Amino acid sequence: MITAGVDVGAKFAKVVILRDGQVIARAKALVGLDLLKSASDVFETALKDAGISRSDIQRVVATGMGGNAILQKPPINADQVVSVVVAGAAGVYHAVPTAKTVIDVGAEEGRGIKVEGGKVRDFVINERCAAGAGTFIEAMARALEVKVEDLGPLSLKSMNTIPMNAQCCVFAESEVVSLIHSKISKEDISRAIHDAIAGRISSMVLRIGVEKDVVLIGGCALNPGFIPPLEKELHTSIIVPEFPEYIGALGAAVIAANPLR
Amino acid sequence: MAQAEIKTQEYWRWPEYRMTVLDRDWQKANVITAGVDIGSVGSKAAVLVDGELYSYAVQRTGGVSEQTAINVASWALEGTGLEIGKLHYVVGTGYGRVNVPFAKRSITEIACHARGANYIYGPTVRTVLDIGGQDCKAIRCDEKGKVLSFLMNDKCAAGTGRGLEVFADLISVPIQEVGKVSLSVDQEPPPVSNTCVIFAKAESLALLRQGWSKEKVAAAYHAAMADRIVDLLTRVGIEKDFVITGGVAKNMGVVQRLERILKIKALEPKMDPILAGALGAGLFAKALYEKETGQR
Amino acid sequence: MQAHYGYKDGSGDYFIIVDTDKCNGCGKCVTACPYQVLELIPNEFDIEGGTMAVVKEEHRKKIKYSCAPCKPITGERRLPCVLACEPQAITHSW
Repeated sequence: MITAGVDVGAKFAKVVILRDGQVIARAKALVGLDLLKSASDVFETALKDAGISRSDIQRVVATGMGGNAILQKPPINADQVVSVVVAGAAGVYHAVPTAKTVIDVGAEEGRGIKVEGGKVRDFVINERCAAGAGTFIEAMARALEVKVEDLGPLSLKSMNTIPMNAQCCVFAESEVVSLIHSKISKEDISRAIHDAIAGRISSMVLRIGVEKDVVLIGGCALNPGFIPPLEKELHTSIIVPEFPEYIGALGAAVIAANPLR
Repeated sequence: MAQAEIKTQEYWRWPEYRMTVLDRDWQKANVITAGVDIGSVGSKAAVLVDGELYSYAVQRTGGVSEQTAINVASWALEGTGLEIGKLHYVVGTGYGRVNVPFAKRSITEIACHARGANYIYGPTVRTVLDIGGQDCKAIRCDEKGKVLSFLMNDKCAAGTGRGLEVFADLISVPIQEVGKVSLSVDQEPPPVSNTCVIFAKAESLALLRQGWSKEKVAAAYHAAMADRIVDLLTRVGIEKDFVITGGVAKNMGVVQRLERILKIKALEPKMDPILAGALGAGLFAKALYEKETGQR
Repeated sequence: MQAHYGYKDGSGDYFIIVDTDKCNGCGKCVTACPYQVLELIPNEFDIEGGTMAVVKEEHRKKIKYSCAPCKPITGERRLPCVLACEPQAITHSW
């Protein structure tokens, strides 16, 4: 049985194609103003990678901020939309069946999910605040004039912790500029940035309680600088599965394969 | 080879200025005090002669607060013959209030704004809305300018001057004009996100790309700002007379929308509303000086 | 005087409100808080004096996060600061 999951996020659209429980293709692309077109393009890419066509797929489930844009709309014609929380839980169960706590940090939203056997027990969302999600990291990378992918590794080289007072993306940019003027190293500033967002995410997760195994997914999980401060704040080791940014789409594909769950 | 001169205009940069109110003579005064309001974005110094405004200066806050305090106070005194050392009492206020090296005391900006608003607008003031560079304050006060209730939001850029600076930059309109631009619409468009400047900026950019005019996007942004500010004000409650202080008080786009939503007109300022904090601090300085020297 | 400490951002309104007319400066809330969010300071609104309880400056902008551990999604919510205050001067808006 072949199913697909399409996660239309705030920044990236992710597609996972599943055949009998195995991932046979993954694709992601930036989301533009036209959600349907962006999602359809990346869907085509995934189909090509898998060497199949849309008609080979039994069911497609959509999720993410823009999931509704592809519900029953050609060429994807998603059969169902599920919430990112439900998709995340299902995806994590497939990748790390021992997971009890899921932390999902995307471009615009951070979420904490308590799971049991792939089902959602509790969840908490940090919504509509750029300082609690990936947008913060990007804005800070711009302020520091480094590439986003370099910000994490830079923070790991730091030997000093300095506090960051600003709790807003816009104010944090000014704070970074004044830290640069105060001759603080980019490594230390980068670490402060990661400590700041990790602090916010951890506080949010503490509201549902932390139980091992703790799994981190979403685009921010690709950032190596994000994990150490998170582990420190939550007093636990954190598992990052392979292709963490695809777990939502994977979960949607898994749900597509088991519609009676 | 001719080189084109590329002029990069900083749309977010508002003009700095100073002024002396000439019909007061400090040499005949009993008490000369000053209030220095070091905000995160702008710093203000007000010099008072026997409790009346004599001169003032408004500058962008620099990297080092102590230096900014000295600069703005010196600028306020420029051409008057007075020096910082000749002032009887100085009170610091604002975000950087502990960094005014020549201040004898620091007092919270909430108290200073209430006191300053009472001076600028008169004893009928009961609700003060201060929209500063990086914060937004709602203050309820009595006829003497004493604080009865307050709320200050400095976590978020939404609803602050910085939020406007970001927006002015986005649509390439000088910040002193964005308010006026936002009023040049026939019909008020739906507002953009009112809770996060980052999201509002992204939404505004998308709207511009969809073909919305600068005026329409400005209107959407100002409408969002007004919505958010009203939310904060409602928490402390609004009682007449209602006044607005701080730099953003000069933005008619925000002021008119607030008045429309609240169905209440803000009093017209008789002097620069950005000085409320510094003025209040200068007045507290006079009261403290008189208390110290037993004149009360 | 009602002092509101906190903020509103994209995710909601978060304010700790201290009624300074009721606050007697006893400081029990300061010791009750497991995360040192509160402190006693001289009354900054009156040049007369007295002490009052306030949210520390460093917590005002992240009060949602500072107070998160005392506000679990499920289970009992017993706010130590509110319980410790005899004159009932402290309230939380969320």
